[in-house]
Amino acid sequence: MANTTHDPNVYYVPHGSKWPLVGSVGLFLTVGGFANWMNGSTGLGQVMSLAGVAILLWMMWGWFGDVIRESVRGMYNRQVGVSFRMGMIWFIFSEVMFFAAFFGALFYARALSVPWLGGVGDGAATNAFLWSGFDAAWPTNGPAAIGGDFGLIPAWGLPLLNTLILLASGVTITIAHHALKAGQRTRLLVWLGATIVLGVIFLVFQAEEYVHAYRDLNLTLGSGIYGSTFFMLTGFHGLHVTLGTIMLIVIWFRCLKGHFSRDDHFGFEAVAWYWHFVDVVWLGLFLFVYVL
Amino acid sequence: MMARRFLTATALLAGSAGAALANPKPWQLNMTPGVTEMSRQVYDLHMLILWICVVIGVLVFGAMAYAMFKFRKSKGAVAARWSHNTTAEIVWTVIPVLILVAMAWPATKTLIEMADTDDAELTVKVTGYQWLWRYEYVGTDVNFVSKLDRDSDRTRMLRSGLDPAAVTVDGENTYLLNVDRPLVLPTGTKIRFVITANDVIHSWWVPALGWKQDAIPGFINEAWTRIDTPGTYRGQCAELCGKDHGFMPIVVEAVPPAQFAAWLGETDAIAKAARAAEAAPAVAAAPTADAGASAADAQ
Amino acid sequence: MATDHTAHHDAHHHTPSFAQRWLFGTNHKDIGTLYLVFSLVMFLIGGAMALVIRAELFQPGLQLVNPEFFNQMTTVHALVMIFGAVMPAFVGLGNWMIPLMVGAPDMALPRMNNWSFWILPFAFLMLLSTLFMEGGGPAGGWTLYPPLSLQGGNSIAFVIFAIHLMGISSIMGAINIIATILNMRAPGMDLLKMPIFVWSWLITAFLLIAVMPVLAGAVTMLLTDKFFATSFFNAAGGGDPVLFQHIFWFFGHPEVYIMILPAFGIISEIIPTFARKPLFGYQAMVYAIASIAFLSFIVWAHHMFTVGMPLGGELFFMYATMLIAVPTGVKVFNWVSTMWKGSMTFETPMLFALGFVVMFTIGGFSGLMLAIVPADFQYHDTYFVVAHFHYVLVTGAIFAIMAGTYYWLPKWTGFMYNETLGKWHFWLSTIFVNLLFFPQHFLGLAGMPRRIPDYNIAFSDFNMISSVGAFGFGLSQLLFAYIVWSCARGGARATDRVWEGAKGLEWTVPSPAPHHTFTTPPRIDDRELAHGDVSH
Ligand code: HEA
Ligand code: HEA
Ligand code: CUA
Ligand SMILES: [Cu+2]
Repeated sequence: MANTTHDPNVYYVPHGSKWPLVGSVGLFLTVGGFANWMNGSTGLGQVMSLAGVAILLWMMWGWFGDVIRESVRGMYNRQVGVSFRMGMIWFIFSEVMFFAAFFGALFYARALSVPWLGGVGDGAATNAFLWSGFDAAWPTNGPAAIGGDFGLIPAWGLPLLNTLILLASGVTITIAHHALKAGQRTRLLVWLGATIVLGVIFLVFQAEEYVHAYRDLNLTLGSGIYGSTFFMLTGFHGLHVTLGTIMLIVIWFRCLKGHFSRDDHFGFEAVAWYWHFVDVVWLGLFLFVYVL
Repeated sequence: MMARRFLTATALLAGSAGAALANPKPWQLNMTPGVTEMSRQVYDLHMLILWICVVIGVLVFGAMAYAMFKFRKSKGAVAARWSHNTTAEIVWTVIPVLILVAMAWPATKTLIEMADTDDAELTVKVTGYQWLWRYEYVGTDVNFVSKLDRDSDRTRMLRSGLDPAAVTVDGENTYLLNVDRPLVLPTGTKIRFVITANDVIHSWWVPALGWKQDAIPGFINEAWTRIDTPGTYRGQCAELCGKDHGFMPIVVEAVPPAQFAAWLGETDAIAKAARAAEAAPAVAAAPTADAGASAADAQ
Repeated sequence: MATDHTAHHDAHHHTPSFAQRWLFGTNHKDIGTLYLVFSLVMFLIGGAMALVIRAELFQPGLQLVNPEFFNQMTTVHALVMIFGAVMPAFVGLGNWMIPLMVGAPDMALPRMNNWSFWILPFAFLMLLSTLFMEGGGPAGGWTLYPPLSLQGGNSIAFVIFAIHLMGISSIMGAINIIATILNMRAPGMDLLKMPIFVWSWLITAFLLIAVMPVLAGAVTMLLTDKFFATSFFNAAGGGDPVLFQHIFWFFGHPEVYIMILPAFGIISEIIPTFARKPLFGYQAMVYAIASIAFLSFIVWAHHMFTVGMPLGGELFFMYATMLIAVPTGVKVFNWVSTMWKGSMTFETPMLFALGFVVMFTIGGFSGLMLAIVPADFQYHDTYFVVAHFHYVLVTGAIFAIMAGTYYWLPKWTGFMYNETLGKWHFWLSTIFVNLLFFPQHFLGLAGMPRRIPDYNIAFSDFNMISSVGAFGFGLSQLLFAYIVWSCARGGARATDRVWEGAKGLEWTVPSPAPHHTFTTPPRIDDRELAHGDVSH
């Protein structure tokens, strides 16, 4: 390319890209399909949302491809890198707030609504007139025992193991990062690979736990407020681990291809931050969903 | 049969009807002070903050008007250079704080009083349904539903061609503000309400009592009142609850305690009889379907 | 893609094809224009719905629409106005002006900028399409309170996903703005030298990132309660319908400041220009915005005083809410002080700005009244509340957007708009909007609940006046559309500075602003900035 020598004093402004519009169509079809699906138009819904997801994947492939090409060609100066980093940090912050909504629901149920239903504090009349006989205790599926009796997943079994796994993965990715900074390619690939393996193991355990909950414990999304908060929190977390693992895999191949230099590897850092974020959310989950 | 007895019960109330009417008036500009100690406190609070705002408004807008008149380029005004003044800035931070404290103080007092539902002499359970209210006098068998009166209901149909102005009671327009069966309450008595809903959220509001309280399905909210003056007080559901949200009014009929006791006694007796009649058919079987229906009516 | 464009790297000045420019474009000015046009279209659509509401409320009795449809109009009117008109308008103004004001070549993440915009038309296509579905559009109010909102028909899932899309768009837009402001300022443009509009947007963007995901979480819970048997908002399962309200308003209250802080910024640009005097108390203005933003996170339950919160909660939220009057007061006083001893002229942007100060303050006063819990027990869910928020939103946010449009239009188009028509637009709007919303205070105080399609005779007169005001105000907006359109087509040439008293980098570039500006950072000349003496 003639212009690969981009003036480092000039902030690189890309000109025209079809990917955003493609991405919008993809998002539109995905969620529109889901909505149709939920409303009972299963066939149409599935086709639409699968098409949407396919388009989104295509978009990501193309868009990230563009970014990688531009990056490899050295068109990004430091300032562009800072923009990317800020973008990622604030994106992660928005994810934190998304989880905050669900944690908020959990705290509210545990500290306020369930005690009120059970007649504690301001709830005396509520309990007396509407739910007499209901004793507030956590976990609960509410005064109407929605979903029927259910069992619990003890914190000190698989969840503890999963905690250790995620903590360990936080360490392995840091080692990989150091390796990258030290320019040790093999060490980088090994430790990054280990992180991926840990992520996958986590997911397998998590899936096993879900199967166990549904099949043996009668603990489901429909198990009242406990089931709702349990599965929504761990479920969204699991979804994020899945995404994080895919991102790690992509980054592993990029490391293999040598896309990253010792002092310029935003892609790697972004994924590492994301992974740490997923990790921290899990600690919150472990504490508030399983232990307490 | 039941209908006739119901009529005698309401006839008891006729003497008090019209003692105080709380219909909204055309061109009404302001809240009314209402008919309870609390509603008057709320009204006073409202007027206090209103006037404070008016005064601040006059000062601020007055200053603006003066500036716009005085410092216009067309009059040869030359712009000054300064761009801050610490003293002024402190003053207009501190004074508003003081004003706010002056507002918060009475507000807090009133709120604390309003929250105190202890020592009530009568408890009424209010349940919102789409789109009517059920009232239960706790401790008795009196329990009935109250919904939009037929006159209003016919008139309010889309393109009914009927004139809303023609819906009146005693010369007062009651369009959408009247019910088939009012809630009867004693004056001079601390009445506690326990409020809930059966389907979606509603809100029970009679302006003359000075408050509204949401009716939340699955939870009980408490509120209280002590009505000073006998009369008919009208209100409406105040939380969007579906298509007929605009059509579930509330009417409170406040009567002197003795009259109330008489009414409650008679109504309770009717309700108890109806309940007995309802229990009976299980044994006596078929022919009393009529009694069952009217029992349901009285329910 | 990238390949072609690096190849044409120096070909900016060729005119790009229509699709290249408007569909795939990454230029902040073009995207700003897209946002602004989109916003105007949404304003007309949302306004048309408001006119349906006002037409039905013109007199008592149901003449035009069913209650179901009326409720859909109320709900969708609000969603369209908030997410379709006001927010995109501010993002559009931010897109156009922030890079020009801080001396940046473009937004920090230009491709993502395009994406933020292009999600919106799809989101609103989805939202508006629900009106034509079986069972109609959402009818539970824009606040979507369960259980009522869950009674809807097919629309529920579509509405929720449309809200998700709007949220994604807003978050990406906000991230872009933060990155632009923090990372793209020309050397010498210190944070405390930034124009106040930029400051207001920085803080707004932070609010957006903090609360849009919370809204996404809230509506996701609605979705699972409806379709996946969860019990978040169902007491029988241990949940609570009021929980939704807490989460919603944790988003919703900051949201209303999202719709006013950029307006504060615009007004703080305009008043100094036409008073020819530096903004009074620049730093105080920045801190005031920051305090308002901070307080906005701890006042949410003032929308819920009647849900039966414990006494301590009611008191806390009352006090915290009242406190917001202090920093807001600082802003109002500083605007008045900026005018004091100035040398004022009254072109259309200034007229709208002055109208803003007066009428927003009126809306603020009614807000403060609503904050007083015992009084709110009476005001809540009446037309008094409707009057309050239309004063802050229409004569607040919308007036500020119009002020900003008139102010910067010559910079965008290179032509002056028709000043006479602009003044007409202002005076017609101001007269009619007060006719429209002022009587609603009386209605509320007299006891008229909001969200009702029909009412008692006693409420007839003020409703009639309000409806007349609504149609007058709506028609006046067609004049606005005409003025903007004709200014884009031609007129008297605008100078670079446009306004005699205008200060700031945006006035140093030609009018119309060339497609690319500040590709190399400008030198900052402190005397060219608008905040006067900022050393204290
Ligand atoms: C731009 C949007 C915006 C803005 C800026 C505000 C600003 C304020 N709002 Fe408003 N509000 C809404 C949009 C907005 N609001 C909306 C949309 C709703 C309804 C939502 C729904 O239910 O659908 C609502 C509802 C609402 C309620 C709930 C009412 C109810 O449902 O019962 C309350 C209650 O406290 C409230 C309070 C306030 C306060 C205290 C302010 C303050 O920020 C105002 C501060 C300003 C001033 C006070 C004026 C200037 C100050 C001075 C001149 C200083 C001196 C003054 C004094 C010391 C008095 N608002
Ligand atoms: C930024 C937000 C915003 C804006 C700008 C507006 C603008 C207006 N609003 Fe709205 N409104 C809300 C936000 C907003 N509103 C919210 C949040 C609610 C609460 C909803 C709820 O309860 O859930 C609400 C509710 C609401 C109600 C109460 C409904 C009810 O409780 O039942 C009313 C009633 O008068 C109303 C009226 C108006 C009017 C007349 C305008 C006018 O300013 C509109 C002026 C604009 C026009 C009129 C457009 C002009 C266009 C034309 C004239 C062309 C028309 C074209 C064709 C017909 C082809 N609004
Ligand atoms: Cu019941 Cu509104
Ligand atoms: Cu608020």
